[in-house]
Amino acid sequence: MAHVPSRAVAEEVVQDTWVGVLKGIDRFEGRSALRTWIFQILLNTARTRGKREKRTLPFSSLRRRAEEGKDEPAVDPDRFQGRRDDQPGAWASPPAEWQEPERKLATAEARDALLAAISDLPPRQRDVIVLRDVQGYSASEARNALDISETNQRVLLHRARSKVRAALEEQLEPELLP
Amino acid sequence: MSVTPDIVCRQFVEEVTNYLEGKLSEAEARWTDEHLAQCDACRAYLTQMKATISALRGLRETGLDPELRARILAELP
Repeated sequence: MAHVPSRAVAEEVVQDTWVGVLKGIDRFEGRSALRTWIFQILLNTARTRGKREKRTLPFSSLRRRAEEGKDEPAVDPDRFQGRRDDQPGAWASPPAEWQEPERKLATAEARDALLAAISDLPPRQRDVIVLRDVQGYSASEARNALDISETNQRVLLHRARSKVRAALEEQLEPELLP
Repeated sequence: MSVTPDIVCRQFVEEVTNYLEGKLSEAEARWTDEHLAQCDACRAYLTQMKATISALRGLRETGLDPELRARILAELP
């Protein structure tokens, strides 16, 4: 693992969340109750981690502003042609065609990669992608739950999805190719 | 349709969520569709993004499956 500290944090958060899930799972039957409850665990885990980060990272407010700024490209800019190339803004290093992604992304390895990628996200991006894409909340349910604007919800979702896609591409691509 | 603005790939990857969420204007969505129709790489990117979203959705089911639950329980102190 190239990023040991962040992987360690990732595993900690995932572990904490699952422990919370397991401890109380028997109390839940209906899907909406389960969703509400997992969301509560998610928030608690995020808050705990947020406090810890605040103590150890004096520049967390700058980090948050960077997270919400415009300087977070979905794809590494080096993968596009520059101004002096034939087609500025077109792909220089295009994405590959994944083969049978539904099947190949259903493995335990893919699940681990997804969980690690989610845990590496900035907290607000992580909250949004977990609610929207894992838990299946609608956009308005997610923005109400997190008390953020519709636009902010979408920006956070966009950044989170873009990073998770990039992580899958980086870690699993050899298996996704023919 | 020479008035069609030239959506470049670098813009598409920033608009893909707006596109999937149906938040582009009618004209923007049309320009995007026209770009996708002629750009294999951006179609591949869109497919990767959809596969990513679908894999995330898959976590909801596998995340609580009994085998995983048992495995994690076994690892608890």
